[in-house]
Amino acid sequence: MGPLAVNEIISENTNLLLAFIIGIGFGFVLESSGFSSSRKLAGVFYGYDTVVLKVFFTGAITAMLGLLFFSLFGWVDLNLVYVNPTYLTSAITGGIIMGAGFIIGGYCPGTSFCGASIGKIDALVFIVGLFIGVAIFGAGFTLWDNHYLADFLGSPKVSESLGLTDGVFALILIVVALGMFWAAEWAEKKFAREEY
Amino acid sequence: MQESINKDRKTKYLNPYLGGVLLGLVLLAANFVSGRGLGASGAIKSGVVSIVTAVNPEAVEKSGFIREYQGAHAGSPMKSWLVFEMLGVLVGGFLSGALAGRLKFKVEHSPKITSKKRLMLALLGGILFGFGSQLGRGCTSGSALSGMAVLSLGGFVTMMAIFGTAFALAYFFRKNWI
Repeated sequence: MGPLAVNEIISENTNLLLAFIIGIGFGFVLESSGFSSSRKLAGVFYGYDTVVLKVFFTGAITAMLGLLFFSLFGWVDLNLVYVNPTYLTSAITGGIIMGAGFIIGGYCPGTSFCGASIGKIDALVFIVGLFIGVAIFGAGFTLWDNHYLADFLGSPKVSESLGLTDGVFALILIVVALGMFWAAEWAEKKFAREEY
Repeated sequence: MQESINKDRKTKYLNPYLGGVLLGLVLLAANFVSGRGLGASGAIKSGVVSIVTAVNPEAVEKSGFIREYQGAHAGSPMKSWLVFEMLGVLVGGFLSGALAGRLKFKVEHSPKITSKKRLMLALLGGILFGFGSQLGRGCTSGSALSGMAVLSLGGFVTMMAIFGTAFALAYFFRKNWI
C-alpha cells in the first residue's frame, strides 16, 4: 500500500497538498513543544531545559517503531522508503559545522521557521543566514565537491552495520533513550533556572 | 514579569514526551505518504536555486551544485515536497503560537548580551548551519531525525556530530544563553 506517492496511489499534486498539511502538523507540534524559543532549545546544552532531547528522541523512536509495525502489517514497503545515503566524511564534517551553527545561532533550520512564524526576529535573521550559507556552499562547490563525495558507503542501515536485526537495534535504542531521559530529568533539577 | 512568563511556559507548552510522540506520528505520516521523511534545509536549497536561476541564468550552466540539484529534481525547484511542507510549518507554527498567545515580534536573548549581538550571532549561526546542511545532505530534520527513523547510518552519524559539537562548544558560548 504505502508509500502512497511512490506506488502512485495518489497523484503528484495530492502529494504536494499532503506535504503542506503534514508541514502544518510538523510546525504545530514543534511550536507547541517550545521549539520556537532559542533559549529553550539551547537549554539542552546547559541542562536547564532538555526539551530538545526528549522530543527529538521520542519522535525518532515513535516513527522508527511505526515504520517497523507498518511494514509488519504490510501497510508500507520499507524497500520503497528512502534511506538517507551515507557519505561518511561529509556526514561528520557537515554535522560538526551544523553543531557550531546550532550553539552560536540557537536554532536549526526547521525550528527557525517555527520561531519566525510567531514573530521571533532572531529566527528570521537565522533564516537569512541559512540562505547565505547554502549560497556560499553552491558558489564554492568545486572547492569541496571531492570532500562532499568522499567515502560513499551506499545507503546502509545502522542495524546492518552493527550486525543486528532492525528490531534488536530498535530495542537497544529505546533502552538508551530511556537512560538519556532519566539523565535529562536529573539535569533539569540540577541546572534549573528560574528565568530564561 | 519574568515569573509570569515562566508560569506561561510551564502551563502552555506541551508535555515533551507527548510532543515527541506527535512529532513521530507526523514523521511516520510523511514516510507513509511520500516515502521520505521530513526536512527543512532542502526547502532553503530550492529557494536558493530558484533565486540564482531567476537572477543569473548563466550561472546555472556553470554551477555543479545546481546541475546536481536539477539531476535529482525534475521541474520547478519551488514545486517540491519540502517547499510545500515548510510553508505548512509556517502556518502550523503560527496557529500553535496564536492558540497559546505567543505571537509577538521580539528578539529573544540572554540579558547578558544585547539584541544586536544576538542578531549577529543568529546570522553567523544561520550561515554555518546552511553551509553544514548542504555538506551533510540535510539538517537536524532531514538528516538526523528522518535518517534515524529509517535507521540510516549517515543519519545517526550526523546526529551525533551535530549534538556532540554543540555540547563541546557550549562552554565557550555560555554567556549568550545563560
